[in-house]
Parts: sequence; C-alpha cells; structure tokens
Amino acid sequence: MMDALILDSVMLGYGNRPVVSDLSFSLAPGEIGCLLGGSGCGKTTVLRAIAGFESLQGGRIALNGHWVADAQWRLAPERRQIGMVFQDYALFPHLTVANNVAFGLREWSRVDQSRRVVEMLALVGLADVESRYPHELSGGQQQRVALARALAPGPTLLLMDEPFSNLDVELRERLSIDVHHILKATGTTGLLVTHNQQEAFAMADRVGVMLGGGMQQWASPYALYHEPATRHVATFVGDGVFLPARVHGQNCIDFELGQLCRIQPVDVPDGSDVDVLIRPDDIQHDDASPVRAKVLERVFRGAAFLYTLELASGDRVLSLVPSHHDHQIGEMIGIRLEIDHLVAFPKEAI
Amino acid sequence: MRNRGSIWNWRGWGPLRALAIAALTLIPLLVVLASFFEPQPEVWSHLATYVLPGVLWNTAVLILGVGAGVLFLGVPLAWLTAVCDFPGRRFFAWSLMLPLAMPAYVLAFVQVGLLDFTGPVQTLLRAWFGSSNWFPPIRTTGGVVLVLTFAFYPYVYLLARNAFITQGLRAIEAAQALGYTRAQAFWKVALPMARPWIAGGMTLALMETLADFGSVSIFSFDTFTTAIYKAWFALFNLPAASQLASLLVMFVLVLAVVDQRLRQNRRYAAKSYSPVRIRLQGGARWGAIFFCSAILAMAFVIPLIQLLLWAYSVWQEDFDGRYPVFLLHSIWLAGLAAVAVTVLGLLLSAIRQHHRDSLTQWIVRLATLGYAIPGTVLAVGVFIPVAWLDNQLIIIASWLGWETSQILKGSLLVMLLALSARFLAVAYQPIDAAMQRITRNQGNAARSLGLSPRQTLMRLQLPMVRGGLLTAALIVFVDVMKEMPITLMTRPFGWDTLAVRVFEMTSEGMWDRAALPSLAIVLAGLLPVILLVRKSESGLH
Repeated sequence: MMDALILDSVMLGYGNRPVVSDLSFSLAPGEIGCLLGGSGCGKTTVLRAIAGFESLQGGRIALNGHWVADAQWRLAPERRQIGMVFQDYALFPHLTVANNVAFGLREWSRVDQSRRVVEMLALVGLADVESRYPHELSGGQQQRVALARALAPGPTLLLMDEPFSNLDVELRERLSIDVHHILKATGTTGLLVTHNQQEAFAMADRVGVMLGGGMQQWASPYALYHEPATRHVATFVGDGVFLPARVHGQNCIDFELGQLCRIQPVDVPDGSDVDVLIRPDDIQHDDASPVRAKVLERVFRGAAFLYTLELASGDRVLSLVPSHHDHQIGEMIGIRLEIDHLVAFPKEAI
Repeated sequence: MRNRGSIWNWRGWGPLRALAIAALTLIPLLVVLASFFEPQPEVWSHLATYVLPGVLWNTAVLILGVGAGVLFLGVPLAWLTAVCDFPGRRFFAWSLMLPLAMPAYVLAFVQVGLLDFTGPVQTLLRAWFGSSNWFPPIRTTGGVVLVLTFAFYPYVYLLARNAFITQGLRAIEAAQALGYTRAQAFWKVALPMARPWIAGGMTLALMETLADFGSVSIFSFDTFTTAIYKAWFALFNLPAASQLASLLVMFVLVLAVVDQRLRQNRRYAAKSYSPVRIRLQGGARWGAIFFCSAILAMAFVIPLIQLLLWAYSVWQEDFDGRYPVFLLHSIWLAGLAAVAVTVLGLLLSAIRQHHRDSLTQWIVRLATLGYAIPGTVLAVGVFIPVAWLDNQLIIIASWLGWETSQILKGSLLVMLLALSARFLAVAYQPIDAAMQRITRNQGNAARSLGLSPRQTLMRLQLPMVRGGLLTAALIVFVDVMKEMPITLMTRPFGWDTLAVRVFEMTSEGMWDRAALPSLAIVLAGLLPVILLVRKSESGLH
C-alpha cells in the first residue's frame, strides 16, 4: 500500500541557519507517528514544512503518493488536504464553535455542513456547545474544538503541534487517549509533535526521537525503550543508568553485576570496553540474592518505590521495587539482574 | 506556485507596495523640503526681514508656553484621577477627556467672545465694579497660550493617567516599603517612571500646537501656519508659502522623531491593579475637586454653554438654506476621506503583516508620518505637484481639442489627497492593532483548512478587524470634519464646509454666527471621545 506521508532527505532552515538536515521517515495510512524531542530540535519546523508553511532547502515530501514539496517548489497549504491542530489552538474568536468547525467545509452544501458539524462535535464529545464562542470554553474544550475543526474536512493527514501542552496533566492523559481512539476510529493518519514521552507513547504507533535537527531513531515506543539506537535515545527515553562493562568472547559481556550472554549481539570486538544500559525494571529486589547494594535515595511512587542504589564499586543504579518493600536510606538490600534486552554502547571517549 | 526565483516572490514587492502608499505623504514632504534646498534669494530676504523674526519668536513662545501649560494641567489631573480618591473622581476621570471633542479654534473664539472687553464677563464686571480695566486682556500671547493649553492638555492627561494607573500605586508602595515618604516616592519614583508617557503626551500636544491654524488666526497671532496661509492667499506667492512650510517641517520632524523614540520606551508593566487609592482628606480633597471642576468648566462646560446660547440666539436667521449645504459638504467630504483613508490603512497594515523585512517596516513608518505634518504644509505640498500634473494634462487635453484651464485642481482630489496623507496614521493605528491580534497560527489554520490567501483575507482577517475598521473610519470622519487649514486652502472655489464657515465668521468677529456650525462639529467630535472613554473605562478603572 502507498505511504500516506514520506519525507525523503528533507533539509530545512532559515536563511543560512540550518534547522533540520537529512530527515527521512514515512507513515503508512492510518498510522500515528510522533516526533519527540526537546525545544529547538526542529520538530515543529518539520511539521510546518509538511503542512506547507515552510519551504524546503533540500529533499522532498510526498502525501498519498504525490510529491508536494521539494527544494524548488511547494504546493500551497490550502491544496494539501491536511488538518492541523495548533499548540495555541488558533480558534477563530469571531466565530461560534459550529462555525469554527464548519470553516473548512465552505464548498459543502448547508445541510451537509450542519450534519458534519454535529457529527464532529459528537465525535469529540462536545455536542452541547455548538453556539458558544471559543472564549467561553475551557482549555480542554477548546482543544477538542480545534480537533473537530481540523478533522471536519476529512483530511488524509492530521498534524498536531504540541496539542496538549497547555492542559493540566490529568486532562492531557485523558485527551491523548481519546484522540488516539478518534484517529483510529476515523482511520486518519496522524503526526504529533511533542516533548512529552508519555504523550508520545500513549498516542503513537511510531515515534521519532529528534536531536539537533536530525532523526536519532524512528521506531515503535517499545523498541525505543528497549532497543535504543543511540546513547541519546537511551537517556532521553525512560530512566536508566550506564554501567561500565567489557565484551567477552561471542555475545557476552562482563560487568559488576555478573555476566550476560547471548541476549543480543554486541557489535564490538572482543575485549573492548562498553557501557551497558540498566533500566530500573532490570534490577529486581531479592532478599536472597548475594549481591547487595546500599539505598541512597528513594522516591515514593504509590505502587512502587524508585530506589537509587550504590553498588560496591560506587556506581549507581536505579531500581523499581513494589512499595511494600519499605527500606530506609542507608540500608543494604539484595538485588538481582533480570534483563531481556542487552543495550550497550562503545565507551565514550572522554 | 513556485516559491523561489519567481517574480511573485521577489523581495522588493514589500518595500514597493509600502512605498506606493507612503508616496501620499512622502511626495508632499519632499516637494516642500526641496524648496528649502533651492532657496530663492528675493523670497528669502523678504521672509527674513518681515515675516520670520515675528513668526519664530511667536512659535518659540507657543512651544514653551503650551508645553509648560499642558504639563501643569495634565500631570496633576492624571495623578489625582488615577491614584488618589476624592468625591467625584470617577466622574472627572472620564469627563476631563471631553475637551478633545472641541476643536481648538472653537474654544479660541468662544473664549475670546466671552472674555474680550465687549464680552459678557467684562460687561458684568463693569456693571458690578464700574470698571474692568484690571481684567487681563484675552487677545494677547498669554491668551493664545491659555486657550491652546486648555485644548491640548488631554493628550498629556490621557497618557500620564495610563502610566500612573498601570504602575503608579505599586511604585509608591514599593518605595514606601524602602522608607520613602509618599511625597518623596512621587518625585523619585512615580514621576520618573511615567516620563516616557508624559513626554509622549507633550509631544502630541506640541505637534497640534505647531499645526494649529484656526486658533492663532482668531487671535491674529502670527505663526508659520498663518504665514503660509497669507503667502498663499493674500500674496499669491507659492514659493514663499513652500519655503515657510519647509521651515515648519524641520520643527515638526524633530518632534516626530522624539515621538517615535518615546513610543519605543513605553513598555507596559503587567496590569496588576492595587485598589488601595490614596484617600485625600480635608483641604486637599476640596482642592482636588476645585482644580478638576475649574479646568473642566473652563475647557469644556462654559464654552459649550456659550455656544448653545449663541446658537439659540441666531437660530432663526442662520439655519437657512446654506447651513444644510455646509453640513452636507462636511459629511460628504468626511465620508469620502474616511472610506479612502480606512482602505489605505487596511492595505498598509496588510502589507506590514505580509512583508516582515525591515525595509518595508521602515517605509510603513514613513507613510504614517503625516499625522505630524501641519495641514498647511500638506496643502502646499500636494497642491504644487497636482498643479504641475494639471498643466501637463491641460496640454494633452488641448491637443485633443478640449480647452480647459483646470482638470484636477478644481476638484475634490487635491483636498482628499492632503487629508488622506494627514490622517492615514489615525486610521492605520486601530486597524493594525486589530490585525496584530490575529495570530500567525490562526492564519495558518485557515490555510490548512483549504483557504487561499485571498479567501483567508476575506473570511478571517476582514471579519476580525471589522471593529478596528469602524473605529478608524469614525475617527477619520470626525477629524476631517474638524479639520480647517487643508479644507480652507484646497477646496474647490465656493465649496464651503462647516469648518470653513466657522473660519469666515470668526475672521469677521461674528462669534455668534460661528456657533451653529461649531456646535455640529463639537457634537460629531463627541463620538470618538465616547469611544475613547469607553475603552479606557473597560481597560482600566
């Protein structure tokens, strides 16, 4: 099947200042993607280029099998059939909610328009605010109106720029799940930009971690967490620490907590030094274990404690422990390594 | 749609489009300035001997006198109504803006009529005391300064009040916490903080003073504007008029530069409003009430009552067939100018929004310079190039067998061009303020919903700036109705408006006959003041 969105070696910049270089990824129809990264990584610029608000300096972009932009040319935004939800929602203050949603339907008949508006508002769960004005709505309601407005013309691709960043945490979680369901229900391809990994994981099938205008990894949330391609992805996504280790023979490494073998090939020569990524869920608390570590810090997280532990060597690891194991700071506790994915990077030259 | 290398995306379009509108202001300005750089010796020697010494002295006196006057009225009034509390404060807060509705020339002739030797005040004094010789004569330099001060203090009042409301009380409280007394805090903190606003109000007042033609001619007080008018109409000496205009422009441009600088210094602090006002007690309270009422009475209430009395006394004879014609001319002219200027203001704002390069922004600023240029100067600066163009057209017309002596000169065009140049900034500001409230994302949202730039303009920008457009049109309408020198100097022969009627009657000393047209102008003038009052009441208390 033809991809809904293709970015091929895209370069973006303002004047002589490059913002994004050599960016490539694609989304299959109905798939939801997410660009994840800190501020200034270029993720919003990419979104604006897909929408047609920015010119490319190199590479090209295709929508549904048609090239819409390259370094010489770009299709006007209004001809791309893209929906966009903006960070500030950008609702039109002089129009009612219904007229905001109908704004993109001007070529539809009046009857179809009002039917579509009702349908869209029902979809986002806002059936009763039709005749109100944007300033009379709460932040979450405005967000839903913005979504309804963007979806009303039936776009093939929905772009969302930090869509939940102005909402409080609880609402953000609920809405990101709702939006996920709405996109799946309507079969809309979506691309989200955010700096919040929880949001990315809740919404997206595929997540791209961006750094300094480049794509570090484009993969499923599961793969990003367990098989990070770069050191940056490993530290940016989820908690974790690096422990020094040495490669030993075929597919084995030795380090302070023991030897790990044949979990995954490590592409480095025998005998070289590497750093192994240890996630908090890789360290199990086990009173029977001979390996002991000292509790340095503990953060209560309701169902679990996140302990910071000091190993005999002085290196530190994190451990997520069910919260009925209530250990005090300074206590020695037994730990056991339980690791499914071995993630190791060559030792960083300091 | 090619986006690079195409003619439609040439970077020069922004500056060029802005320049097309700026030409309205720049051409008259350059025409006038050009005459400064090619002096004609005999014109100059005449001016230097007979005209300039008096005019320069009078202008200096006016600037110093009115400048000091508006400070001494505007700043205390602003402080009292913004920060203090006394009975009637709310009423004075808005009513002290009312004098803005009364053109300076109306105030001038009413005060002269009231306070002159033959006027009701001195007549009454003579009846009581037998003599009124001790009463200060009104038709003096002091009288002009007084009248212009009353007419223009609201500019300082408005801006200073704005500054005091947004930062006055908090500044005082902060200083008091650091051990200053309230009086020390006022002089050391509140007043210095408000300086950019106060100076801005004073600059506007001085621009109006330099541009004033009506009041000074009622007082027979020679300034640049009256000298330009005389050179034009009494002496038919266009070079002399434009030489004088070029000198006046020098003064005005200094003020315009100062004004632009001050605008950049006016950064609003967050509007957190502390409700604890300084409650005036005893003598201070009565002093405040007396001060505010006295100024309101002198600048607005008494003149308005006198106008009504005069209008009533001449109603029978004056409300004849000609009065509706004056009214109709005024409304027609003001309406035409309001539409033209509003459209130009909208275009200019759209250009500024669309082309963000610094050259375009700079040219837009030049285009809105006209508010600083006196009407007499613009009249000269527009008339000269139009007359030149007219002569070319007449030659062409004669080739085509059409003999005529004027084509453009005798039409409303000259007047409309000069009025548009003068009031473009007045229309541009509310429109651009409304434009700036439209975020870039709102524009993008419309585009991503399938609207072309043109459709976005029609369905998003226009509806959203409608309020700004109406405000702009209303203010220009009223300003054109009040305007005197441009209308007087460039109107088609015999095409009289209310303001022209006022000028003609007052130049013959028939104050009562000027009352009826003045009243119409004042009533129209109240409309934008009501808007202003409502805006300042809703934004700030």
